[in-house]
Amino acid sequence: MSALIVEKAGPQASVQDGGRFGVRHLGLTQGGALDWLAQHWANWMLGNRLDAAVVEVTLGGLHVRCEGEGWLALAGADLGATLDDQLLEVWRPFKVRAGQRLCFASPRLGARAYLAVPGGVCAPLLAGSCATVAREGVGGLDSRGSGLQVDDRLAWQGEAGAVRAVPPALIPDLRAPARLELILGAQAGGFSGQSLFDAFNQAWTVDTRSDRMGLRLTGTALRYEGPGLVSEGIPLGAVQVPPDGQPIILLNDRQTIGGYPRLGALSPLAVARLAQCLPGETVSLWPQVAYAAQQRHHRQLRELSGERG
Amino acid sequence: MKARIEVAAIDCLTLRLFEVIDEANVPWLLAAAERLRGVFAGALVELVPSYTTLMLQYDLAQLDDAQARALCEQALVGLEPAATGGGRELALPVWYHPSVGPDLEALAGQRGLPVDEVIALHSGRAYSVFALGFAPGFGFMGLVDPRLASPRLATPRQRVAAGSVGIAERQTAIYPAVSPGGWNLIGRSPARLFDPALEGFSLLHPGDRVRFVPVQRDEFLRLGGDDTPMEAQA
Repeated sequence: MSALIVEKAGPQASVQDGGRFGVRHLGLTQGGALDWLAQHWANWMLGNRLDAAVVEVTLGGLHVRCEGEGWLALAGADLGATLDDQLLEVWRPFKVRAGQRLCFASPRLGARAYLAVPGGVCAPLLAGSCATVAREGVGGLDSRGSGLQVDDRLAWQGEAGAVRAVPPALIPDLRAPARLELILGAQAGGFSGQSLFDAFNQAWTVDTRSDRMGLRLTGTALRYEGPGLVSEGIPLGAVQVPPDGQPIILLNDRQTIGGYPRLGALSPLAVARLAQCLPGETVSLWPQVAYAAQQRHHRQLRELSGERG
Repeated sequence: MKARIEVAAIDCLTLRLFEVIDEANVPWLLAAAERLRGVFAGALVELVPSYTTLMLQYDLAQLDDAQARALCEQALVGLEPAATGGGRELALPVWYHPSVGPDLEALAGQRGLPVDEVIALHSGRAYSVFALGFAPGFGFMGLVDPRLASPRLATPRQRVAAGSVGIAERQTAIYPAVSPGGWNLIGRSPARLFDPALEGFSLLHPGDRVRFVPVQRDEFLRLGGDDTPMEAQA
């Protein structure tokens, strides 16, 4: 069995797959890769299941040593990754030999890189998923929700089923402004008219207080004037507005139920785009109704998977 | 049963069956959940019950918004509340004591009740599990006697011990694992609330009825409870 041995863990690197499903009613959150699109591409390059377990590297800092050889693939953010000091290209597979060192530096473009290994990282499952959720103490290599630590073994079995680069035309453009599609929710009508205008006509700044649970935006405060709410289930990408008026976008490790008013929820592709935004970057929100968003989602998935055959 | 069907996300709908928290909602919500599981079958991804709502996530590859709404309406036709409430009856031991329930005496003082009366009132009725959330296996239960209703702490604790029994307004719960928390802590239970080795992972499920049984320290320890005071774990 080949493996990558962690020599330096960096601020936040963890094993993530497509997430945990069928368990939200038990209070267990979703987990899984925040930029699921980049994760899918990383797996596609090696012929893996698209939701196979990968390493999610946030902001860089991860150093690993290769034991054994094989093809790996890198997608998502450009974190200045090098193999024995040679800069690696993102969105391409690359071959490693025993003893080589793969190091992630710091963000050059985007926030999260996805490293795929043949067949996916070997890790124990809970409810069908190895997604690492630190807050819940579940998933990951140790089944206790720990991120990667020094001496961890990221092991894989067998060889890559395919070795192919992402077609250039299909590489997500992380330089383009992040215009995030938001499906309006039922409580949107509870916000003041001015706040609805502000929500969709200002540049929101990504705040430093952001993690896998939620990402805060700062800007002109939004005012909710509707009735008080009883806690209820929260979907991925929910844009909730606490009393300070600064939206929090709830991500994969969100709490499963909550009672703050919500403008709506980002589309899955908008969540993937947001996951690549660094603190200080600006984003805009773009309102949409569910049916139109679904049509667009299917069309984009077809375009993105056109070359996947 | 008439419910509002609201958009929650591209692939999520919220069914709003009630406006206010009431124990009488529970059998209706359970029955609706059962029906929804039936009509959505393999297209259902998640179904999250809460006090007044059910949020469901469906598979976008199988259904669109209109189809999902139609299935929701179909599921609610002629709905009857679940006969038994659907859940199980559970008796969970609790050691009510200031060393593991650091707000027990303050809560008694604020409510003008002797500590023994607080314990008697809290353990004197069965509670419905309304929803699980906040953390894996964390069951929101109610309703506690209005004489015990107390607001959350102004400043939540950074660390609450696993097994801590708390009150917030007219709700009560047990913290399954060490976590931050703002509920008033009155005791500790040795019960294991969440364990990947448990069938279904969680001891509690929506619709269960829970009674708290006061036990002394010896019994608490014998049942596997950890009496380490909070401060020592901070």
